Amino acid sequence: MVAAGFRRSSTYRAATLAGIFTNTVFGFILCGVFAAVWAARPDAGGYDATQAITYVWIGQGLLAVVEMFGGGSPDDLAERIRSGAVASDLARPASVLGWYLCLDLGRACFQLLTRAGVPLVIGALVFGLTTPTVTGALLVAVAVPVAVVVSFALRLLPALTAFWLLDTTGPRLLGGVLTIFFSGLTVPLVLLPDGLREVTLLLPWAALLQTPADLWLGRVSGVEAVALLGVAIGWAVVLLGACRLVLAAGERRVVVQGG
Amino acid sequence: MDGLRADVADYRTLAAAWGRAAMSYRASFVMLSLGGLVITALDFVAIAVLLSRATTLGGFGLREIALLYGASGLGIAVADLAVGQVERLGRHIRSGRLDTMLVRPTSLLVQVCTEEFSPRRISRVVQAAVVFGWGCGAVAWTPERVLLAGQMLVSATLLFGALFVGLACLQFWTTDGQQVANAFTYGGNTVTQYPLVIFPREVVLALTFAVPLAFVSWYPSLRLLDRPDPLGLPAALAWCSPVAVVLAVLATVLVWRAGVRRYTSTGS
Amino acid sequence: MPTPPVIVTRGLTRVFRRTEGDLRAVDDVDLEVTPGEFLGLLGLNGAGKSTAVKLLTGVLVPTAGSARVCGLEPAAQRRRLARRIGVVFGQRSALWWDLPLADSFTLVHRLYRTTPAHHRARLDELVDLLDLGPQLRQPVRSLSLGQRMRGELVAAMLHDPEVLFLDEPTIGLDVVSRARLRDVLRDLNARRATTIVLTTHDLPDVEALCRRVVVLDHGRLAHDGTLEGLHRLGRSTRILSVDLTEARPALTFPGLPGVHVVEVTDRVQRISLPLEQPAAPVIAAVVAQAGLRDLALQDPTLEGVMHALHGAGSTPAGSTPDRD
Repeated sequence: MVAAGFRRSSTYRAATLAGIFTNTVFGFILCGVFAAVWAARPDAGGYDATQAITYVWIGQGLLAVVEMFGGGSPDDLAERIRSGAVASDLARPASVLGWYLCLDLGRACFQLLTRAGVPLVIGALVFGLTTPTVTGALLVAVAVPVAVVVSFALRLLPALTAFWLLDTTGPRLLGGVLTIFFSGLTVPLVLLPDGLREVTLLLPWAALLQTPADLWLGRVSGVEAVALLGVAIGWAVVLLGACRLVLAAGERRVVVQGG
Repeated sequence: MDGLRADVADYRTLAAAWGRAAMSYRASFVMLSLGGLVITALDFVAIAVLLSRATTLGGFGLREIALLYGASGLGIAVADLAVGQVERLGRHIRSGRLDTMLVRPTSLLVQVCTEEFSPRRISRVVQAAVVFGWGCGAVAWTPERVLLAGQMLVSATLLFGALFVGLACLQFWTTDGQQVANAFTYGGNTVTQYPLVIFPREVVLALTFAVPLAFVSWYPSLRLLDRPDPLGLPAALAWCSPVAVVLAVLATVLVWRAGVRRYTSTGS
Repeated sequence: MPTPPVIVTRGLTRVFRRTEGDLRAVDDVDLEVTPGEFLGLLGLNGAGKSTAVKLLTGVLVPTAGSARVCGLEPAAQRRRLARRIGVVFGQRSALWWDLPLADSFTLVHRLYRTTPAHHRARLDELVDLLDLGPQLRQPVRSLSLGQRMRGELVAAMLHDPEVLFLDEPTIGLDVVSRARLRDVLRDLNARRATTIVLTTHDLPDVEALCRRVVVLDHGRLAHDGTLEGLHRLGRSTRILSVDLTEARPALTFPGLPGVHVVEVTDRVQRISLPLEQPAAPVIAAVVAQAGLRDLALQDPTLEGVMHALHGAGSTPAGSTPDRD
């Protein structure tokens, strides 16, 4: 199933290339801005200039992997709920949740290689990026799949409202807005004022970008790093559970209403 | 001139009809408008956060950057409202709708820009206007500067409008040009939100002579804020936006005509 | 003094450059249509009918040759010509999808700049003729295909065009809607003397409506004349399939000229009838010779006619097409 998701994404070749182009362009723009910020304040947020630049490229790279602007398999599910085709999905013995999760993981793998890999290489060649320590790299290797799972759940919940609402645009838009800001894409969460920063780092969205980035950049290490990762994993479990519950409720509704 | 007046009348007719249809979905309209407002508001909040740490960017404070941000934002928001629908050109070509538009006595560009006209984009205009309004506080106003500011906003709109249409024309040639086009328009918007001095000199020159987006906010604002050009370029550039606009619009018209010629010469 | 033709083409050609080789979608077509005619443009899929309509309405530029509609060059004077013609594309809608049907009509009124009085009169007349009164308040996307096609027709006729082009308008319609549409078209042509060019691959459409038929075959003009002429050219026949109670050698029809069995398969015999031959005497002759279990009567199809045209009486490149 994961392979299926991977394969499907690979067919959108032109879109992938265009996406890589866009990510790269914005990468360069943001590097210009961050360079200016860190020139004025060399240790903002606990990063040095190189770490800040690296953050930009990690952000642009993960943007597609965790589908910050929405997309991926939950949209398919929302469409199937709206058309009623989901009834046949629910009848199948395989878990609906597992099915769509695997599809999304496959997609994420492909985009990790293409839309994350290529811009990161470009960024490294042009700017010179911070490299993680071995422990850091291992933690990142865990954090990224966790990020995909958390983002999957965060996208699935609005999509599941299709069971009750005619139009899921509203919830999905809300989800997108929250994701873009609270993941740290618009501005690294570490730059937020004290108090606000601590809170946002504990929210699920931080797991999408801020946490993997911090693990890579080494801003946190040791116990703190494991704790951050633990929070992310915790959210993955909680949100998947929430999805399970909402899906069951939706299932009941389908049965009662007849689709 | 008569043709232009007819085209404007047709634009209003079609945009009004679509606008009414969009407003009829009241809840969706309100939700999407508010969503747009929040997204763009957060965008400026991010800049504010950056500046809370750095205090200045390239020597420009937050209020001055608000002026740049607001001008660029107003330009792209109004342009997006007016002609943003042109990005759907590819869709119309594939569905055959473009053919039904060609057999009407109405300008093709007007029809494409009004198709599924979306008045909720006004929320972005509102957000940009608010930020710009606040940024105006950084300027010591004189009548000359008011005129300059007006010229800046009009030029910003026309330049982004020309860019939207010109880049959308890619879809006459390839089916997947739109994402790349967006990188230029929204990328252009992002760059001109900031004082261009923070970017490499080549970028500033490119945005002056290649894709004249520097006229959207940078050159006029330098004059409004009474700052010398950090790159040593002449101060008169502040008033050169109309030149850039004329050239950009001309180029866009040519590209559009070429695109339509291509479509009627190769079919779909 | 004969009235000048409203459509004139000379050597009209449209070539599409494809990677697999050039496609001559419309190939050297000479055509003249007088005002008020109801012309059927017939052809199999890919014959060039839609391309021809696009060339005549300004959507496509000819590769060679010329076309003039209402005295104007379609591609060069597109917007001027658009005021004088109406076009209905069968597969794509010209109406505004999310708006009520009545709004589409109002938009047409504004875009074509017809006077309010004229618009109101024509609207009432057409809505009445096409029986769309109850649908006026409904959004176009909620209409059935038949209702939508009638709506497209109203929108195309509101500004009183001199020529109405219809590109496969009956595709996907059920039998009742199809018949209804045909009645309306016949009415429009008769009452308002609107020139109508109807493209279709459906022979019954043409049978019901057109005196003159132009047949396109791989872009070339294969026939320009009456439907009878076409059938004569294609040696069209009706096929009566009879399912007998027992297998037997081919039946004979001594008193019926031109009637003969073309195929015997077990108990089923396929009998060819000339078009003018009524079926009843043939059936009587069958029953007189053998026990009859079941029968089916098949009208000539366009495929059959085209097949015949390719056989004996086809138009090799360079020769003049059949005209009568």
